Amino acid sequence: MAKTHVITEVNGEEAEFLCEPGQTLLETLRDELNLTGTKEGCGTGDCGACSVMLDGRLVCSCLVLSPEVDGRKLETIEGVADGEKLHPIQQKFLEHAALQCGVCTPGFVVATKALLEKNPDPTEEETRYWLAGNLCRCTGYDKIIRAVLDAAAELRGEA
Amino acid sequence: MAIVVLPPALRAAVEGSERVQVKAENIRELMSTLRERFPLLEETLDAGPAVSIDGEIIADPFLEKLEPDSEVHFLPQIGGG
Amino acid sequence: MSEKKLKYVGTRPIRHDGVDKVLGKANFGADLNLPGMLHGKILRSPHAHAKIISINTAKAEALDGVLAVITGDDFPPPPSGKGSVEGPQDFGDMARNVMAREKALYTGHAIAAVAATTTRIAEIALKAIEVEYEVLEPVMTLERALAPDAPILHEEMRAKGEEPLPEGPTNVATRTVMGFGDVDEGFSSADVVVEREFTTETVHQGYIEPHAVVARSISDGRAEVYCCTQGQFMVRKYCSKVLDMDPTQIKVTASEIGGGFGGKTVVYAEPVSIVLARKSGRPVKIVMSREEVFIATGPTSGSHIRVKIGVKNDGTITAADATLNYEAGAFKGSPVMAGMMTIFSPYRMDHVRIEGFDVVVNKPKVAAYRAPGAPMAAFATEGVMDELASQLGMDPVDLRLVNAVKEGDTAAYGPKFKVHGFIDTLQAVKNHPHYKAPLGPNQGRGIACGFWFNAGMQSSANVILNEDGNATVVTGNPDIGGSRTSMALMAAEELGIPVDKIRPVVADTESVGYSDLTGGSRVTFATGMAVVEAAKDVVRQLRERAAQTWDVSVDDVEWRDGHAVAMNGHADDHEPLSVAALAGSAAKTGGPISGRASLNARGPGPGFATHICDVEVDKETGRVSVLRYTAVQDVGRAIHPSYVEGQMQGGAVQGIGWALNEAYMYDEKGKLQNPSFLDYRMPVASDMPMIDTVIVEVPNPTHPYGVRGVGETPIVPPLPAVAHAVNQATGVRFRSLPISPPRVLAALDD
Ligand code: FES
Ligand code: FES
Repeated sequence: MAKTHVITEVNGEEAEFLCEPGQTLLETLRDELNLTGTKEGCGTGDCGACSVMLDGRLVCSCLVLSPEVDGRKLETIEGVADGEKLHPIQQKFLEHAALQCGVCTPGFVVATKALLEKNPDPTEEETRYWLAGNLCRCTGYDKIIRAVLDAAAELRGEA
Repeated sequence: MAIVVLPPALRAAVEGSERVQVKAENIRELMSTLRERFPLLEETLDAGPAVSIDGEIIADPFLEKLEPDSEVHFLPQIGGG
Repeated sequence: MSEKKLKYVGTRPIRHDGVDKVLGKANFGADLNLPGMLHGKILRSPHAHAKIISINTAKAEALDGVLAVITGDDFPPPPSGKGSVEGPQDFGDMARNVMAREKALYTGHAIAAVAATTTRIAEIALKAIEVEYEVLEPVMTLERALAPDAPILHEEMRAKGEEPLPEGPTNVATRTVMGFGDVDEGFSSADVVVEREFTTETVHQGYIEPHAVVARSISDGRAEVYCCTQGQFMVRKYCSKVLDMDPTQIKVTASEIGGGFGGKTVVYAEPVSIVLARKSGRPVKIVMSREEVFIATGPTSGSHIRVKIGVKNDGTITAADATLNYEAGAFKGSPVMAGMMTIFSPYRMDHVRIEGFDVVVNKPKVAAYRAPGAPMAAFATEGVMDELASQLGMDPVDLRLVNAVKEGDTAAYGPKFKVHGFIDTLQAVKNHPHYKAPLGPNQGRGIACGFWFNAGMQSSANVILNEDGNATVVTGNPDIGGSRTSMALMAAEELGIPVDKIRPVVADTESVGYSDLTGGSRVTFATGMAVVEAAKDVVRQLRERAAQTWDVSVDDVEWRDGHAVAMNGHADDHEPLSVAALAGSAAKTGGPISGRASLNARGPGPGFATHICDVEVDKETGRVSVLRYTAVQDVGRAIHPSYVEGQMQGGAVQGIGWALNEAYMYDEKGKLQNPSFLDYRMPVASDMPMIDTVIVEVPNPTHPYGVRGVGETPIVPPLPAVAHAVNQATGVRFRSLPISPPRVLAALDD
């Protein structure tokens, strides 16, 4: 099968790969680019574990076909921290014990970053609805929501 | 003497009694005495039951010590999540 | 119990594995790739019940890029006879579940598997395998399974247990009866008797990470397995049974695990990947799809339960009687026993009779799910208790207080309870502002109680003191919710060094002593006990080293706050020595210092919880919204309170999902209609309020820090608590789960 040549930007660096037409972005990230921080929980767009930013928009990478990202900008969980320095969202997830098993965490962190870039001061309800596409089976969401609201306050310079 | 309390299903194997007294210092002794006295209990004991000794459930009992008045129950093995 | 003030236990440090997890660096089951690795895929039965007449793999094998195709014939015969059954596990059944032999017993049952250079080729190869089936009528409900003319899943299976038993081939695996006293006499002295029937549907644990494994076959027939599991030693043992290998021929490394809740306490793809790796000579990775997780891995039982309870006018229970029918799935072994043993355990009673049936149906073999068997039992008992309270005009908490078991009371399953905090949870609920808060129109409040035994079992731990004075704590239990940090906290307390100077590690099967799996709420209790003992071993050695250094007797050295302190008149001669100083000079005083402990922990201590739930019912749409939720639980002692709260919150929300929405839906042919997160509707963030928690601490006397198991009890009360709240909001008693919008609308229409 003819493979497609794709050049894209991932976390600020140029990335180049060959892919089959039906290959999802999630497969490419994990298997070709070795960016395994993005997780697969369902492959059908229902769990949010595979959340990434594509040109500044939050998407499920399991629903994006790899050829579609040619010439575009991607940000994954690996690009959220500034080197060793955690992003305030990551720091707040740790402080609030907002992860138990942690497999949903990369998706929640990316989705939260997208939320707070759009809406720096979300209410609890807005936060819950924004994150409704991210499943967590361990925490019951309580500590995740607290972490997000606290991170928002910190990013606004209020905490 | 430790007291073994039997559920209804096992009472036939011990001539109908609900409680039998067994002189034993630990579960191993208790089991072998029970086997000798009540051969019909063999299948239950072979299944490797859990026991409770004075309310404490033990999954793999063997050398667990018994007090002179310990109360022992045989229980099915329960798996946790 | 140590009475001294605790410095580390009970604090909330950031977990050791946390940074990797928020960065996306933690390696879960699907994250490992090996050089030359192939991708395995499993062919699954499209029929719920069928004889396998023939399997032809020739076309699949001929495909380019396919390196191995296997069927049941590539496995040793399923174990039978002596050694094939251990406690609740029948390894013969397990082998047949891992790869079907004579029959396919549920839609999704593994029939064959392939390993190929890419997943796409593997998928094409699956389609090229030709299987001839003789399709049989599927048995999809308890009612059908128990009917006299029911199709039989296992021709050779005979009912075991207590007479009367069905004769000849049957779908009843066991009938069990327990109890004491004389229930007829008990009921005749009751003023009010309520008898009701309850049903619950098959539900899944719903962990977000699908099962994943990489296996490679190495020299001398040995194999190495890397997988997400609740127990690396469990995988080793079960693979060895299914594949007829010595356990030590298999090395198992547990990856980080993305949730399990009991569903990762058995093997599915692990033995398959070993056989594929052996046949192909290459490492083989199998990652299940979400659909495979739903159709082929461990749901928990659908159930039908009848409960009858009699009370005096003052609320005292005079007798209780129950019959429980649990679906086991395709092979015997539902958690009906645990259902029986928990169903009446929160309450004192003199006359009790409990009967239970373990019934096979054409659904995936059930696996453990958080307090396996208990939530549905509590749904029934608590439902009857709630109705009794309203018939008696009593506050539902008061009715529980009249009957709650105390230390020394006999549990309905036989033994006497040791000290526990059930009554404390009830009092805490009565005093909680939530319990008295006003409710609006279409709103209702329910309370319910739950009980789980908790497990002890075998654990090992090594505590290694490093040359810089930091310590490594090595255990054999996958960390599913922060347990590593709890281990570190207990070690920190014993050694007297800060928790961030301790590195907790989950070791593979060749690097630490045997440990039973992470489950049964046992790790902080039992493995924690091993860690404490191993750390005490290190402290003893540190005191000896100090005694040598000072040339005094070891009895003259005390361990205080991370320092060896000279006592008994030597205090003025010697400055205290820190852990770091003693570790630094270890070479001179006898070599490296490490401690170890292996134990079989007894006395995990029962777990009791009481929950309060407020709901609002939308009478137009039938939707039930949870407005407020408070979980109260006796945890013995919270080692890391945040993760204790997390268990209480997560368990409560799983229970709420079970109560309101989750259910397997099959068509008449036995095909699962909703094997996706879209259609199997688990709670999302916008469905839930904050979950308030109240931690009650009645220490468990058998644990050095008073720990009881925590993780499982919280899923027990929500099923009834939600139903009772809906009853108050609507006046309708729901005795079948889930309380989904169509059912609510139908009930309101009546
Ligand atoms: S894996 Fe993409 S949404 Fe679940
Ligand atoms: S922490 Fe396990 S799924 Fe969210």
